[in-house]
Amino acid sequence: MGLVNKEEPLTLDTFVRGIWRENPVFVTLLGMCPTLAVTNSAINAISMGLATVFVLLCSNVLVSMLRKAIPKQVRIAAYIVVIASFVTVVDYAIQAISLEVYEALGAFIQLIVVNCIILGRAEAYASRQTVLNTAVNSVGTGIGFTLALLCLGVVREVLGAGTLFGMRILPEQFQPWVLMLLPAGGFFVLAGWLLLIDWMNIRRERRALERQGATVHGH
Amino acid sequence: MSAELPVQAPAQAVPFLPMIRTLGLVSLISGFAVTLAYQWTKPYVDENQRVTTERAVRAVLPTATVQKAFVLRDDGVAPATADSPAEDVVYVGFDAAGRIVGIAARGAARGYADLVHVMFSYDPACECINALKVTKMNETPGLGDAVLKDPDFKRNFDALDARVSTDGTALANRIVTVKHGTKREAWQIDAISGSTVTSKAIGRGLNQSAQRLVPRIRRHLAALESAGR
Amino acid sequence: MATESLGFIFLNALLINNFVLAMFLGICPFLGVSAKKDTALNMGLATTFVMFVSSMCAYALNWALVSLGIEFLRLISYIVVIASAVQLVEMIIKKYSPALFRALGIYLPLITTNCAVLGIAVFQTAKSYDLAQSAVYSIGAGAGFTLALMLMAGLREKLALADVPSVARGAGMTLMLAGLLSLAFMGFAGLGGGGD
Repeated sequence: MGLVNKEEPLTLDTFVRGIWRENPVFVTLLGMCPTLAVTNSAINAISMGLATVFVLLCSNVLVSMLRKAIPKQVRIAAYIVVIASFVTVVDYAIQAISLEVYEALGAFIQLIVVNCIILGRAEAYASRQTVLNTAVNSVGTGIGFTLALLCLGVVREVLGAGTLFGMRILPEQFQPWVLMLLPAGGFFVLAGWLLLIDWMNIRRERRALERQGATVHGH
Repeated sequence: MSAELPVQAPAQAVPFLPMIRTLGLVSLISGFAVTLAYQWTKPYVDENQRVTTERAVRAVLPTATVQKAFVLRDDGVAPATADSPAEDVVYVGFDAAGRIVGIAARGAARGYADLVHVMFSYDPACECINALKVTKMNETPGLGDAVLKDPDFKRNFDALDARVSTDGTALANRIVTVKHGTKREAWQIDAISGSTVTSKAIGRGLNQSAQRLVPRIRRHLAALESAGR
Repeated sequence: MATESLGFIFLNALLINNFVLAMFLGICPFLGVSAKKDTALNMGLATTFVMFVSSMCAYALNWALVSLGIEFLRLISYIVVIASAVQLVEMIIKKYSPALFRALGIYLPLITTNCAVLGIAVFQTAKSYDLAQSAVYSIGAGAGFTLALMLMAGLREKLALADVPSVARGAGMTLMLAGLLSLAFMGFAGLGGGGD
């Protein structure tokens, strides 16, 4: 994440970069704890993702609104207090909406407050950019995070229980890979996705080099 | 992690007043948001809890048309309120004629990962526990959660003996989980092989709750029966 | 249901429900600092100390909040206490061991965002542990965190010299190792008799 010092214009890239190029989980390797912990089913993955988007958006917008008024020395403390309040709000909101989801996510709702993604965005972006830019970027990053969670959640649920969002999609004869629902499975699936992405990146770089080589040597 | 924090430069003079003012403002906004959220969601949260409890009681007392919650004290019974200690609350199920069909109560004990919570129902007529439902657990998927599905394990709770001792202060026989295939007595629970830890947790939770509540239920049975009319 | 013995709580946090390998707390430093055994050990010890201090403060705070009936401020107060504890540890280390301070670098202030530290405070409150149980729990969890970090560091130091396909180097390999460690730790299930 580059430290941007001047305010940048609002472009589509502000939104999209959080989803692909700077995906918080797959590129910058932040927010690992919830990614591994609550992705044993797709519903849990989406719920955690949405909760994080809410906290990301609200806290970063507030930080951006107050960015000129927060002195440098106490900025981390201020960010943390803001994030903690919105996490508390989300905690009560989820309790009120669905007790099942609340118990499935458990303590990890409160642990959103130490999700490095939110503090990282506040420090690197919200404290320097306008409110609108911040809002767009936060939503983009949040969606990127949710997509990453879904990548894990879908794989783990389908292979580990044969269902998707609670609906059976693999035939009864399929013996579920219970490993996928265990902590070890979380590690393996995330490792799998990272390997896949790394491999795609390496292949893309090699192709780009080959193309350069072909241009230089002619044909 | 790219959140960069500065090394404190002690020589720099820190503007005191703006710092306090900003922190004060931030705390004010936060406190306000949190308090608002808490007050606004409290009725919904309480309602959710109530519905979940009702559903659990209905699962172990399917023939009851009315449920009433009571708190059992040593000296008597009283309708349960929000402040009643949770471990003394029982849910009495009455049929349409006002007769007791069963008394439901909660139990919990530590399994492999965390507490395993159960709701069981006690039938005063047979002096036994005749239904059990696991309400919350976090056990190993595929292993510990066999307690939810295994029909042989469920059969343990069709008539689990819960007679009270002659002096009325405790159960005559301790409810205990025994190794798979070694169940001999009516107060034993046959564990599922491969889920011993979870099976034992259920046994312990049941025993702790029943030891505490069943003697009191028997002592105040008349009071509970009259509450249905 | 805080009826567990102190020994069981310690063993539980250290091995059976290891904070990193079973409960997924503290993954970020686990991936970031586990490349060398020395750094891993120092990070683990610093984190354990912060966990212990935060746990004690959280216990006192919780008691105060419950008495005043303002539990909804719990999360905010916990995180502020943790941030202060980390600040304190930073100052102590800087004063007594500047070399260590430089070695840990950016990772020291990042203990604030270590989910394991906040996790301790949140879990001990949820399980209604008393003071002694909370103390043992936090030390056990810190020890478990350090153990996981050291194991990973040992493995990674060995593998740095091995012939691993280039695509797997980095986070992918670390996560696979973590998965294998997690599987191995499942063997500790039932240790201590399940709290009987």
